[in-house]
This record gives sequence, structure tokens and C-alpha cells, in this order.
Amino acid sequence: MKEIKVLGTGCANCKNTVRLIEEVARGKGVEIHLDKVEELQQIMAFNVMATPGVVLDGKVVHAGGVPSRSKVESWF
Amino acid sequence: MQFFFYDTPKVLLLLTGVVFVMGMVNSYFTPERARALLAGRTEGVANAMAAGLGIVTPFCSCSAVPLFIGFVQAGVPLGVTFSFLISAPMVNEVALALLFGMFGWKIASLYLALGLAIAIVSGWVIGRLKMEACLEDWVRNMPRVQASADDTVLTLGDRIASGFASVREIVGRVWPYILAGIAIGAAIHGWVPENFMASFMGKSAWWSVPLAVLIGVPMYSNAAGVIPVVQALLAKGAALGTVLAFMMSVIALSLPELVILRKVLKWRFIATFVAVVAAGILIVGYLFNAVL
Repeated sequence: MKEIKVLGTGCANCKNTVRLIEEVARGKGVEIHLDKVEELQQIMAFNVMATPGVVLDGKVVHAGGVPSRSKVESWF
Repeated sequence: MQFFFYDTPKVLLLLTGVVFVMGMVNSYFTPERARALLAGRTEGVANAMAAGLGIVTPFCSCSAVPLFIGFVQAGVPLGVTFSFLISAPMVNEVALALLFGMFGWKIASLYLALGLAIAIVSGWVIGRLKMEACLEDWVRNMPRVQASADDTVLTLGDRIASGFASVREIVGRVWPYILAGIAIGAAIHGWVPENFMASFMGKSAWWSVPLAVLIGVPMYSNAAGVIPVVQALLAKGAALGTVLAFMMSVIALSLPELVILRKVLKWRFIATFVAVVAAGILIVGYLFNAVL
């Protein structure tokens, strides 16, 4: 099961990112555990400079803006 | 009414073009690259670079805090970070495109130049004030980071795609605001008596500029929504400097942004930030009124 964290303080882009990831994962039948990290101090622990950020199995795979669908699909 | 139908498509078309070009320009710049370019550089020059980078680096306002912290960690001087943070929302391509489309290139370039000036000088002043002590403690305790630019290489095709994506995203999000703004502008045109604005926003009232800036602070709008209102105010006799000051204040000083910044800055710092930027905007407003 993939561990995914979406880093963001809760603006529309962050919500859209969560929705996109869940949608793609469901479409591919991949089981994921998705965590929303909204606490600033926790977000900064990943050293991202732009939100929304996406962490896949402990590694930062995206930061800044909503990721493109093809990018999200490449993670699964 | 005729203004509404004639101007709306023209403005939207211009906006689309500008956003597309900026989308492509943005693909050359990332926060990481900006940071690498600015880390450890001497202030003054760095402030100017930061303000310039603020315009071309894509930046969503909810990223303000992560970006701020990232800059601090890599050793970018505080004042320089602020030059970036001030110019980014204020001197934005949507504002410039709309100003250009509705008022001509002279006003648009003046806004650009003055916006940059305020960003550079405010950032520099904040740097002089040595506000490091007013950062929230947890921020100061964050580990230092090496600033390195990422090496992702994008093809021209990627960049063009990012231009289109920008248009979809920005114009798609902003056009209702533009329509609403133009509608409000048209309403002011039609219903507010001529020269009503002149009485308190006209040149002769010395307090009109500070008042405009003050009114702008609690209001927040993105550039798109406020410009048509600006147009109508001008048509009703408000002085250009006062109106531009109002516009800059609405965009650059926003309560929601300050609330977010509160997480990393102590109150004294926030107050200083608002005071310095407001002062800059005030000066610009007065200058404009005096010169034009």
C-alpha cells in the first residue's frame, strides 16, 4: 500500500490535489493511505518551498501547484 | 453598456495572451532557482533581483510561508525575501495586462516600475531594520539548507504546454471576477454622480491618499477584480495617484495574507511590514498626484 502525504495549508489547490490523487488511485485500483499535512512546522520538515506538496513513500515527488494528471499517474 | 460589450472581449483576449507568455516564462523559474540566485548575495542588488524574480517566478499565495521559510533557511537575507514577497502578488501579469488593456501602456509600465520600486525599497528598509529577532522562534531554529537549483530540463513542448495550462488555470479562474469588476465599474459609471469621487478622492484633498490606502488594507481582491472598479473611480473624477494607491493597497496588503504570515512573524514584524509597504504606497500615490 502506498503512503501518500499531501502538504498544504488548506487552500483550493491542496484540496484539488487530494481529489486528483484519490481519483487516479481509484481508477488504477491501487490502495493508498492518504494523509493531509496542514501543520506548517510539519510541512517544513519536508523542505518544500511551495504548496501543495506531495510525498510518496517518504520522498517528495511534487511541490507547487496542482500536479498534472500524467504526473500523478506516473506515481502508481 | 457599450463599454461593457466592447471592452470585455478585448481585455479577455489580451489577458489570455499575456498569461500564456508568462506561463512560458514561468517555466524557466522555480522558487528553488530564485533562492539559489539570491542566497548570500549583498543587499541592494539582491533586493532588485528579488523584486524582479518575484514577478517571473510562479507563486501561489498560499505558498508564501513555505517559500519564506525556505529562503530564510538557505541564507537569503530577510529584506531580500521581502522584496520577493512584496513584488510577487502586486506586480502580477494579470494586473499589468488589465491595466494595459484598459488604460494604455504608459499607466501599465508606470505601475510596473513603481511596484518594483516599492518592493525593492521596502525590502531594503526591512533589511536595515534587522528584524531577525522578530521571527517566530521555531522559524529561527530551522536547520540551514544548501540552496541548489534543481536540474530538470524542460523541452519547448513542455514550456508551451505550461503556457496553455496557465491560461486554463488563470483565465479560467479569473474571468468571473473580471466580468463582475467591469459590471460594478459600469454601475458606478451609470449611477454614481459625476465628480462624486473627486470630492474625497480628488487631488485637492490631501488626506485622500492615506484614506485610500487605509480602505485598501482590509479589502482583498486579486488584481482582476479591482481594476474595473479602478476604471470607474477614475472616470468619476478620482485622482490617478489615489486610485493606484488604493489598488496597490488592496492587492499587496491583505488581511488573509497577514494572518498566514502571523505563523512565522511576530506581531511587531507584521506591523513593521505593513507600515513600510503602506508608506511606500503612500509616497507613490502622492508622487503620482503631484506629477500628473
